[in-house]
Amino acid sequence: MTLDNILASLFPGGHDVRSVNGVIFGSAVLRSGARTLVIGVADRTAIGVDEAIRLSGYILDSLDQGSGPILVLVDSDSQRMSKRDELLGLNEFLSHLAKVLIYADMNGRPTVGLLYGHSAAGALLATGLATRVLVGLPGADPAVMDLPSMAKVTKLSIETLQEKAKSTPVFAPGLSNLALMGAVHMVWNNAASLADQMEALLADMPAAHDRRDALGKERGGRLKAADIAERVGELALQTR
Amino acid sequence: MTAPLHVAPAERISSTSFNEASARTRVELLLDPGSFVEFIGPEKRQISPHLRIFDLPEQFDDGIVVGHGRLDGSPVFIAAQEGRFMGGAFGEVHGAKLTGLLRAARQIRSTPVLILFDTGGVRLQEANAGELAIAEIMRAVMEARTAGVKVIGLIGGRAGCYGGGGLMAGCCSALAVSEPGRIAVSGPEVIETNRGVEEFDSRDRALVWRTMGGKHRRLLGAADVFTDDTMQDFREAALDLLGLVGSFGLDKLKAEQMRLGDRLRRFGACEDAVDIWTAEGIAHAETVPELSADQFIALANRIGRTSRDAR
Amino acid sequence: MEDLSFQHRARGRAGGSRQNAIVGVVASGNLEVLVERTLPDAECRLEIKTAAVGFGEVWTAVIGDFVERYSPGGLRFSINDGGARPDTVSLRLAQAVRLIEEDGR
Repeated sequence: MTLDNILASLFPGGHDVRSVNGVIFGSAVLRSGARTLVIGVADRTAIGVDEAIRLSGYILDSLDQGSGPILVLVDSDSQRMSKRDELLGLNEFLSHLAKVLIYADMNGRPTVGLLYGHSAAGALLATGLATRVLVGLPGADPAVMDLPSMAKVTKLSIETLQEKAKSTPVFAPGLSNLALMGAVHMVWNNAASLADQMEALLADMPAAHDRRDALGKERGGRLKAADIAERVGELALQTR
Repeated sequence: MTAPLHVAPAERISSTSFNEASARTRVELLLDPGSFVEFIGPEKRQISPHLRIFDLPEQFDDGIVVGHGRLDGSPVFIAAQEGRFMGGAFGEVHGAKLTGLLRAARQIRSTPVLILFDTGGVRLQEANAGELAIAEIMRAVMEARTAGVKVIGLIGGRAGCYGGGGLMAGCCSALAVSEPGRIAVSGPEVIETNRGVEEFDSRDRALVWRTMGGKHRRLLGAADVFTDDTMQDFREAALDLLGLVGSFGLDKLKAEQMRLGDRLRRFGACEDAVDIWTAEGIAHAETVPELSADQFIALANRIGRTSRDAR
Repeated sequence: MEDLSFQHRARGRAGGSRQNAIVGVVASGNLEVLVERTLPDAECRLEIKTAAVGFGEVWTAVIGDFVERYSPGGLRFSINDGGARPDTVSLRLAQAVRLIEEDGR
């Protein structure tokens, strides 16, 4: 689905969301009457210092003036790979964006990520993976690392990697793999009204408590993470 | 390997290079002697379930040492990555050990967490699990900080602090970095492969260090304290930061927005770190890389960029 | 990867009271050795997972020398090897025994 189609389906009553140089910003009124801030990245734009600072600024402004959920639409490249961005401390800009999203979610502004295109690596960490609930649309193609790069580093052929990927969801790109991991909570139906599906989600939002590892265990994608975290937690609490 | 046993403790601590030490040695020498209790140590054999698919050897602690100890008598939680195992990269088990530690710290509230970063980022062979672990850790850091926990990052290992590790470091209350330390999101080779050698020559070590290394990060304010590469200096840096760090809240985020925006306005058109340092008022900025640790620390303190009221 | 295992009789029990110790790091040319005091006094066992396939005879020789020299009775050694040279293996095994024989803990 194109961004325009997605927005039209999410907000049949209208919206003022626009994408400028790949940065999405605006708001819309939901079925419930609440206004939702809409931000994100479009057109597979790489997230560099300039994009990240704008996005975090929109959210902070909204924390002062607005209420209601925050929707993060994602069709990005990876983080911008450039000398300038690293020189200026890209890691701080990206983590600041994630921190602002996490803060919002912890303080009465539930965050929903909607992955409708691509995203990868640091860009994904700063956007979709920093929301409370991450929804995928069919056709979205997130990746932590693309197979050609993996092939280069591991010195295995792409065919070999694809073969190994058949037996495990742990490394290959794709929405279904990330769903099995517990990263993507649900995949919506793009033939049905997105407004309906959004309304249903917002009416039944999970608590602001990160249980993606438990989800990954339930779905069979991550069998060890939840147990290991819990065991370390138990041992740590014993030191009290 | 463990350091030789016959050297007197104080000498050992002050002379041991943080950069060259193993994760275990760093933990042993940073904390008060004999105070460390490990959680899920190697004898538990909680190895990665994914490396065998790639016919790669496992490590019994999956490349991270986590536990509890004392620093100058006060309790701390500590996590130290082993940069030489799989490049210190985050895998499912590796990440979960740190996630569990931070979640417990949030509950306890009064015990700070020291994270000794030494990582290339996500472990490719477990890319999805590693990326998700980092996302969970970032959330856990912010929840812990909201509960009043101080989370201090120490960066000076051979793998640096790259990829998702760089984002995680940006979530910490404060960071100490040494000369060998580097902090970035994309590594030099990755930038060169994607954008060409004109954009970034990964074999130009001086360029790598000017762009991503400890001294530049300190001058930029991307790290709060620069320390010499010894265990004693890192120990003192950790204690200093624990004493300086304040509470986290919306005011910090707003201050951070201003701090980063200001940085972009002032230095966004600079071509190289030397231009940034010159703009900061440093005379003969091209000599900064040659300064000794003491000379550099004095210079950095004069310039005074920190994130003390932000981050 | 190749799995190897060895069992030996030792002249006597390894000294000290520590229950376990670990040395080394798994990386190219390096190995980690986890040693645990879990066996009867005169027995010693070594289990190896190695990234370098086909060196069984070299391991046999290195381990034979090690057991003869250090008499690591009662000790179980678990090794993850990233393809270390024989002298590095010998070094780590010696370090492991010295560490577990250390007083305290």
